[in-house]
Amino acid sequence: MKKSLKLGLGAALAVALSAASGFAENVKIAFIDPLSGPFASTGTNGLHQYEFAADYMVNQNGGVLDGRNFEIVAFDNKISPKESLIQLQVAIDQGIRYIAQGNSSGVANALTDAIDKHNRRNPDSRVLFLNYAAVDPALTNDKCNFWHFRFDANADIKMDALTDVIVANEDIKKVYIIGQDYSFGKAVAAAATKFLGEKRPDIEIVGNELHPIGKVKDFTPYSRKINASGADAVITGNWGADMLGLGKSVIENGFEGPIYTYYAAGSGITAAFGDTGKGRIRLISQGGINPIASEEARAAYNAFKEKYPEGNIDQSRIFNVIGMLAQAIEGAGTADDVVEVAKQLEGMEYESMWGGKVFMRPQDHQLIQDMNVGVHTDENIEFDYDTSGYGILTESTIEMASMDSATTCKMRRP
Amino acid sequence: MTEDFATDPTKPAQRLRAGSLTIPLIPWLIAGALVIVMPLFFQANSAITIMNQMAITIIFALAYNMLLGQGGMLSFGHAVYMGVGGFATVHIMNMSDFFAMLPLPVMPIFGGLVGMVLAMIVGSFSTRSAGTVFAMISLGVGELIAACSVIIVVFFGGEEGISGDRTYGLPFFGIEFLQQIEVYYLIAFWLMVSAALMYLFSRTPVGRMANAVRDNPERAEFLGYSARWVRFYSFVASGFFAGIAGALFAINYEILTEENLNLTTSGLILLVTFLGGAGFFFGPVLGAIVFTLVQTVLSLETELWGFYAGILFVATVMYFPGGLAGLIMMHVPALRLGKAGRLIVPYLKTLIPGLFTVLGASALIEMIFHYRHAAVGDDEMTLFWTSFDSHSALPWIVAIAVTVVGFWLTKKTAPDMAAAWHDANSPDGGAA
Amino acid sequence: MDLILVNLIDGLVTGLLLFMLSAGLTLIFSMMGVLNFAHASFYMLGAYFAYQISIYLGFWMGLLIAPLVVGVLGAGVERYGLRRVHQYGHVPELIFTFGLALLIEELVQFIWGKNAMPYEAPESLQFTAFSIAGNSIPAFKVFMIFTSVLIFIGLLYVLTRTRVGMIIQAALSYPRTVEALGHNVPLIFMGVFGVGTALAGVAGVIAGPVLSTFPGMAFVLGSIVFVTIVIGGLGSLWGALVASLLIGWITTFAKAYNLRMEDLLTTLGFTKPEPIWDSAWRDLWTLTSPQIADILPYILMVLILIFRPYGLFGKRDA
Repeated sequence: MKKSLKLGLGAALAVALSAASGFAENVKIAFIDPLSGPFASTGTNGLHQYEFAADYMVNQNGGVLDGRNFEIVAFDNKISPKESLIQLQVAIDQGIRYIAQGNSSGVANALTDAIDKHNRRNPDSRVLFLNYAAVDPALTNDKCNFWHFRFDANADIKMDALTDVIVANEDIKKVYIIGQDYSFGKAVAAAATKFLGEKRPDIEIVGNELHPIGKVKDFTPYSRKINASGADAVITGNWGADMLGLGKSVIENGFEGPIYTYYAAGSGITAAFGDTGKGRIRLISQGGINPIASEEARAAYNAFKEKYPEGNIDQSRIFNVIGMLAQAIEGAGTADDVVEVAKQLEGMEYESMWGGKVFMRPQDHQLIQDMNVGVHTDENIEFDYDTSGYGILTESTIEMASMDSATTCKMRRP
Repeated sequence: MTEDFATDPTKPAQRLRAGSLTIPLIPWLIAGALVIVMPLFFQANSAITIMNQMAITIIFALAYNMLLGQGGMLSFGHAVYMGVGGFATVHIMNMSDFFAMLPLPVMPIFGGLVGMVLAMIVGSFSTRSAGTVFAMISLGVGELIAACSVIIVVFFGGEEGISGDRTYGLPFFGIEFLQQIEVYYLIAFWLMVSAALMYLFSRTPVGRMANAVRDNPERAEFLGYSARWVRFYSFVASGFFAGIAGALFAINYEILTEENLNLTTSGLILLVTFLGGAGFFFGPVLGAIVFTLVQTVLSLETELWGFYAGILFVATVMYFPGGLAGLIMMHVPALRLGKAGRLIVPYLKTLIPGLFTVLGASALIEMIFHYRHAAVGDDEMTLFWTSFDSHSALPWIVAIAVTVVGFWLTKKTAPDMAAAWHDANSPDGGAA
Repeated sequence: MDLILVNLIDGLVTGLLLFMLSAGLTLIFSMMGVLNFAHASFYMLGAYFAYQISIYLGFWMGLLIAPLVVGVLGAGVERYGLRRVHQYGHVPELIFTFGLALLIEELVQFIWGKNAMPYEAPESLQFTAFSIAGNSIPAFKVFMIFTSVLIFIGLLYVLTRTRVGMIIQAALSYPRTVEALGHNVPLIFMGVFGVGTALAGVAGVIAGPVLSTFPGMAFVLGSIVFVTIVIGGLGSLWGALVASLLIGWITTFAKAYNLRMEDLLTTLGFTKPEPIWDSAWRDLWTLTSPQIADILPYILMVLILIFRPYGLFGKRDA
């Protein structure tokens, strides 16, 4: 009984695993991010942007290497490191050589480690890791490897840019730092303390604390403390429900200063903040959306809107990933030898349609790009988030942020 | 496997045969042979990784069932014993000097011991009573340790967890465990060993007393056994095998994270065990296989896998409280009477339309999902190897028709199936 | 001093919200002996239904209708699901509710999508009721306090002063005797389950605008509700109230004041290892109370279960 069942299920397994392989012509990129569960909305939005960018930038222009198209293959990792490693293995078995992932630095750490080991142990099926959103500084410092490329600015670079804006505001004398109790929250707090201390030692840090990640039901007690501390501004790295909860609670309970943060746009958060957050939330991002950086970008955004009326381009760097990968593959003349492609990516300079030139720093594979600080508002917004009428208006731009920042990366090249 | 260790929890008193420390050879040999030849059929690394995951889940589920099925203890925090065992294993892997003296295959012993020690500490106060008190203490302790994983960074590595490299161990007969297939045989070996040990444990006097304490602690106490200590021993043994599963996890994935400790993992193993059938030794094995396939393979096909998994659990608990194993074992009386053959035709008559009903309904669900969430202009969808336009009427009509007709046929033939079932289970020439 | 008062009010709001969930659950638990894992899911459904209704009919109709819908759904679940599973025993019942919780979360995502919903407090309550030393107390929170207190008084009245309440109380302890006296016990069970889930629905309606309405809201609240009723004592309404307030205040104060482990350890005479970032004990030394605020209830529960297994106000063993 057990045997036949096992064999039957085994057959189903074989069918399921082989069903997806087939077209050898396409250059396949595995998209490993959450497509179900609590973080599914971020993952699904990212997937749409990848599919659109591949189609719009590459396939509609005749593909790469004489007509090979880009194909995005989606894998649901349920934001679990374990599931990500299984899906990585499935992707490699399907002959995929490019892995894109971004949500959660924990998953990125697991993947970069596993890919490094895999490439060492299996030199004939090596893969590249295109990290488009995981910002833990360690990934391009202590844990860097030749196969990992980061297309987003890391938490330190973002904080460097953000503090530039904060110190320029003479009204801010006291800041309160609050974040989630894990590697990223701690990295944000450490960077904020360091940069504020260097740039304006007169700013007093009146609070620096961590709260459990994803477990806080009510942020009111924290808002009370922030109020009581007399802070002029709040700095936080929170994202998702923690960002929404903290932001709303702080504003509703009487805090009147600005909130400087990383992730407070899109995926329903902009709509949920609505009028409450107007002019109060300032966030750091790359890519100019309002005002739009170029006509090319406007056309791309409108085409995207036509396809996904409810969607947003909230991660314009995905277009840089696709554009730079296409350029690297053309330069290398091959899509299958990832070492050659990686060598092309290293040190690549690329004109982004979202504004400015970007540069893939060869010593740590960290992309250097312009950073924007914008404000949550409904005025002068051409492209809003969540069809709410509210969006992010760029207030200042830091060109080629942290171009010369130090790195502890000791890259081992094959 | 044979029926001789079947204790159905839904029936209060069953006469047990005296526990003998023997193993019914045939099913175990078949299982062993199957484990050995599986990689010959599925050679892809991903298939092997999925089978590794299955094997790890099987050990964990069997360990969990030592509590739930055999001891009647409901735990909401069993992931911590597996997780802590795994974390300890990774730490040993990272002690390069020490690890270089050990071959990798002995590592699960360390994981098991750590899991066991933790179970001894927690069990010393949690096994004093069964029922809700035990369940809630396990929930509390589980939540505490899971919360510690982000606070105590030194041991648990925070949110990103800790990772190691299995290949730095002492080569084992020249094998360095670079390839997944080598890891597969390591895990398969431990799977067979742990399963056999757990089976033997259920046959020892302690294992038998665990059943007695589950069914009636008062009577067990009157017989002179301390219900508390019997529970304690089961708990500690279960912690040991959970730790082995954790160590194998560490070997396979080379990374342990907060995910290995949290309540979701603890809850899932409860569902897996129950899905397979807590009343039978081999139940959790079935549950682990089916669930791993749903989680890993079905999720490649549809985003709605969680929805289907939820329906599967609710339907199982409502209609087959014995789980999949219970469903299979229901047929043993008919087989004994030699009348199982009479069931085949009625089964086919009812279950084939039933299958179509399920497929039709899931097609409808997928189409609604696609209709609502797909990009504008992206009307084409692929389902069951056919591509069609989700915005035209025909596929909807087909799906609805298949569902309705299938349901109607199922409903119509169901009484015949019930009659056949009754017939097959009644001895000839007498009242049942 | 002012801050203490503010924190007392905040803790009260949290505690009363928790009470509305635990009140229904403790009745269900003591009646059927089943840990209803889906209870928080009904709370989530309450918020989502109210959001949907508020789009068309406004917040107040949502407050009125959504709990009724949730209650009817709950009664339906008892009638067609739990009652069937009841015969198999407690563990299958529990797993049924566990699976139901999963299913409801998936269903909510299927219908409303995965993003947070812009569910807001009504215009008429969007002002600051009063403020204490610069800390404003929104009017909606005052409204939350009043609603929960009203519900508590109503429940207490029904349970202790009316005939229906007497029958329910009797059915909780001696279902067979009550049945023998000619009362329809299954109907009572269904009714209590329906009312319990409706209460969870009310909690969802008034918590949705404050704690935000998103698919994970049931999971976030998750097991803390069980913790509450176990601490309070199963089946005790007063116990549920006291435990809810206790948890509300403990967590609020732990978050509001940075008590540091370093101070405690120094007071106990330990010396801080230097350098701290290299020490194996660094995580212990740098521990602060906000970090552990949300796990304090679990510690409390484990301690109570070890030393007083029937909870603070419970009469019988859990």
